[in-house]
Amino acid sequence: MTSAIPDHYQSASSIAANVASGEISAAETLEQYLNQIEDNEKDVHAFNLVTIDEARALANEIDKLVSKGGNPGPLAGVPVAIKDNLCTRGIPTTASSKILQQWKPPYDATVVRKLKEAGATIIGKTNLDEFAMGSSTENSAFGPTRNPHDFSCVPGGSSGGSAAAVAAGFAPIAIGSDTGGSIRQPASLCGVVGVKPTYGGVSRYGLLAFASSLDQVGPFANSVKDAAIVHEVIGGFDPLDSTSIKEAPSPFTDLLGQGINNLKVGVIKELMGGIDGISDEVIARANEAVTALSNAGAQVEEVSLPAALYCLSAYYLIAPAEASSNLSRYDGVRYGLRVDGNNLNEMNINTRTEGFGDEVKRRIMLGTYALSAGYYDAYYGKALKVRRLLAENFADLYKDYDVLLSPTSPCTAFKIGEKVSDPMTMYVNDVCTIPSNLVGHPAISVPFGIGSDGMPIGIQILAPPMNESVMYQVAETLEQAGT
Amino acid sequence: MMSEPITPEEVTHVAYLARLRLTEDELSRFTEQLGAVLTHAADVEALELDDVEPMSHPLPVENTMREDAPQPMLKPSDFLNEAPAVEDGRFLVPKILGEQP
Amino acid sequence: MSPEIFKENWELVVGLEVHAELATTTKLFCGCLNQFGNEPNTNVCPVCLGLPGSLPVVNEKAVYFAMQLGRALNCTVNRSVFARKNYFYPDMPKDFQISQYDLPTNSDGRLDLPNGITIGIERAHIEEDTGKTTHIGTSGRISGADYSLVDYNRAGVPLIEIVTKPEIHTIDQAKAYVSELRAILLTLGVSDAKMEEGSIRVDANVSIRDIGETNLRTRCEIKNVNSLKSLGRAIDYEANRHIGLYENGESPKQETRHWDENAGRTRSGRSKEDAEDYRYFPEPDLVPLNPSKETITKIDQELPELPAERRKELLDLSGAKPSDIALLVERNHDSFATETITSGGSPNQVIKHLVNNLPDGLGQLTPQTLAQLAQMEEEAKITNTQAKKILEELVEQGGNPSNIAAESGFEAIDTSEVENLVDELITSHSDEWERFCAGEKKVQGFFVGQIMKATSGQADGKLINQILNERSAKK
Ligand SMILES: [Zn+2]
Repeated sequence: MTSAIPDHYQSASSIAANVASGEISAAETLEQYLNQIEDNEKDVHAFNLVTIDEARALANEIDKLVSKGGNPGPLAGVPVAIKDNLCTRGIPTTASSKILQQWKPPYDATVVRKLKEAGATIIGKTNLDEFAMGSSTENSAFGPTRNPHDFSCVPGGSSGGSAAAVAAGFAPIAIGSDTGGSIRQPASLCGVVGVKPTYGGVSRYGLLAFASSLDQVGPFANSVKDAAIVHEVIGGFDPLDSTSIKEAPSPFTDLLGQGINNLKVGVIKELMGGIDGISDEVIARANEAVTALSNAGAQVEEVSLPAALYCLSAYYLIAPAEASSNLSRYDGVRYGLRVDGNNLNEMNINTRTEGFGDEVKRRIMLGTYALSAGYYDAYYGKALKVRRLLAENFADLYKDYDVLLSPTSPCTAFKIGEKVSDPMTMYVNDVCTIPSNLVGHPAISVPFGIGSDGMPIGIQILAPPMNESVMYQVAETLEQAGT
Repeated sequence: MMSEPITPEEVTHVAYLARLRLTEDELSRFTEQLGAVLTHAADVEALELDDVEPMSHPLPVENTMREDAPQPMLKPSDFLNEAPAVEDGRFLVPKILGEQP
Repeated sequence: MSPEIFKENWELVVGLEVHAELATTTKLFCGCLNQFGNEPNTNVCPVCLGLPGSLPVVNEKAVYFAMQLGRALNCTVNRSVFARKNYFYPDMPKDFQISQYDLPTNSDGRLDLPNGITIGIERAHIEEDTGKTTHIGTSGRISGADYSLVDYNRAGVPLIEIVTKPEIHTIDQAKAYVSELRAILLTLGVSDAKMEEGSIRVDANVSIRDIGETNLRTRCEIKNVNSLKSLGRAIDYEANRHIGLYENGESPKQETRHWDENAGRTRSGRSKEDAEDYRYFPEPDLVPLNPSKETITKIDQELPELPAERRKELLDLSGAKPSDIALLVERNHDSFATETITSGGSPNQVIKHLVNNLPDGLGQLTPQTLAQLAQMEEEAKITNTQAKKILEELVEQGGNPSNIAAESGFEAIDTSEVENLVDELITSHSDEWERFCAGEKKVQGFFVGQIMKATSGQADGKLINQILNERSAKK
């Protein structure tokens, strides 16, 4: 076998409805997914750990609650796969790094807590590029994840395990994190829906930080509606995260089914051929999406986002700078790996040298350099100014447009090993997704057909901060047009 | 653009600041790779942005604070079990060569 | 003002950095208790242990305390941004410290010393404390230790770091600055300010220059100074070290040095490899602090009277020694003193008791009872010794001083009774009396002693002396 795509996907909302009504138990539902995992996980390697016992215990609790007539929550009995950089109490949380050495956190991430409270069944921890640094899930200390559409291809990254889990039918929902495209790009490459929420819309408490001012947690699903439902569950103010937004957004599912008549859509020309490296095939597919939206009644126009030209450079200074500091704590003192040495300094060096993979080392060094005395203004300082320009560009556009559109990934899924030796080539994969992270805006990737290689292509809808409801509205229209 | 955006000496220094050790082979590979990224970043470096206010954070929010009220604390067994080395309820580290800076 | 000479042609230039632990209930970024002396690693949570995934949230009380101190030091309270200071050290659970860098909460203030000199305050910023490292091995010191143990109870405790401009030119000024700052911290109630327990810590940036020179020369930062006395010794040692180097044609290099109390010297603290490059950048996990004008106005309105004003008030009222007054202000007993004096207690007696006999607190004592006691003493109804005994009881149980005096049989002996005893004594010891009248003062003790013996110590010594002097003058 070279692929593992199920005949059809069950929606999270129908599972929850069935479990809540007692028609199909949470335990039964879970076993269906465990069987799917049993059949194909050895080929896909979506998970670092399938938490069978814990999942069965959670499912039984839900069923008990239902039998007592209790309200099991909006995700009753819905199996959810969690990216392995989100803390799960008592369950190893590795960030796919050797340095954490199967560390068991003493607490649940806020997102994990909210999912459990909503009745979800946490089914396992998914593979990722080490500390979410990468675009292919090849930078995992535990080996790469394979694209369920073609095992010889990458699933994208860094949340490749989560995207693959949903595409392979291992779980109807998965959670990822997106720092420069790490949810949307793998969603695009695996043919599923992936959402990066507004910065501050979903709590980061319990997310192993990569770049704190860019990281957001978000859902993978097989449909736009499922994604919106899960987003609703995991979103909202968290007093444990200072960067979480207090004001409640309008419900994400509010505008679903409303159509998009008279909405104004801007097509970002820099990401439609203006910048090199985006494949003709992908641009062609994006143009079909533009036509589809236009046919559905939207006013679509080409727009310019001039600062997009500098985003990649700015991102690859800002993200490593924050990462270099965030990853200092992995020093062999309090948890995880320790490789001994004659003194503290040697122990620190031995531990980090052995515990981190090459990509993580590269970014730590790059960030350390960008922040160091004498280079701060030239690199980090300048990058922060580009970020301001970009935010101004977006603000100008959103005066006239409801949403913006671009491809998600510059290409379809590439072969495992094809780009891993050349960091710069790999970094270009993030060119369309990075702008949203730099400014903290929401964006979604929706599957929209396939390329000549038979691999999925995704279209990205970008929206103003806290305006996800309109983003989901447009994405749903695109979803319907694409199938 | 300079021919050498970052030197092997600088990479060695940065690696030390980050508590990493590089082999000869890694040093030349990383010097080249970091150089490639910095060369790409030269477009940003070259921008004239004197009048632009830096934006370190995307969130336009200020003054998020909490009350000075105690919250539950961890039991030592919650985290000491995960520590590489412990003595008398404290984290054990090899001898330290320098004082706190 | 003419420059202070440190030694020969040298002027001392010192800037002080004082770290004070803020007296909040919980830590700066988490809800763990800010408490001293608990079992190791019991006041901790994911945040202050720096566990992966944890995030800081600022304690509003710590910010309020910091702004209060800022206003008390005449600082501007700014929009401020937390920044990360990056370096590896095991007592820092995240291997960076959350501090403030180019945008501190308070800047540009001043502190007026009791002697009238003003020291400029550069900034007063908020930061988190580190954990505590214990070095295990024969010496108990960092050098020669076999290994170290880390306790994170103190990690994340809120600190305010108050940085002066390099405007301190004598050791006395340095000490006076720290004393005055302590007094302000105590008056505001924002810190325990106990130097010995480490709740305030002082680092001194020391350099030296020629008299008349205006530029600043290379400074060294001296850490690990645990008392005012060692602060003076450390500055003195370091300044002399610099002078020695310059006089040898060498110059000091900028570095952090540690004061070794036993050896009486400073030592270089770190390896050369660790050139200080802290890679400060804005802390992305926190949002800026931006107090409104109303908040600052409210702080100003709520600011208590500061030590300088309080000292002046008590001085005007009592005329007592400045050092006694400073002590009472520091103990927060000055308003008690004022009330006692205005209730009729004689200033001398009141200040004397508060300074000497009440260092551990006032207990049940009230200004009224102390005033009454002071008056009884002043009127010589009771002796000093008796007053002290009554005072002890007033502190412990309260009550009325004249009742206590009566119950204890302290009713003062009548003046005429003492006069009779003195006259009897003069008659029976005429030799000694002659010698007393001839000016041999040591015989005075003999007479006082005899009268005390005869009255079981209940006569007033001052009264006896007074009568003796009257009698000899009449002779
Ligand atoms: Zn804590």
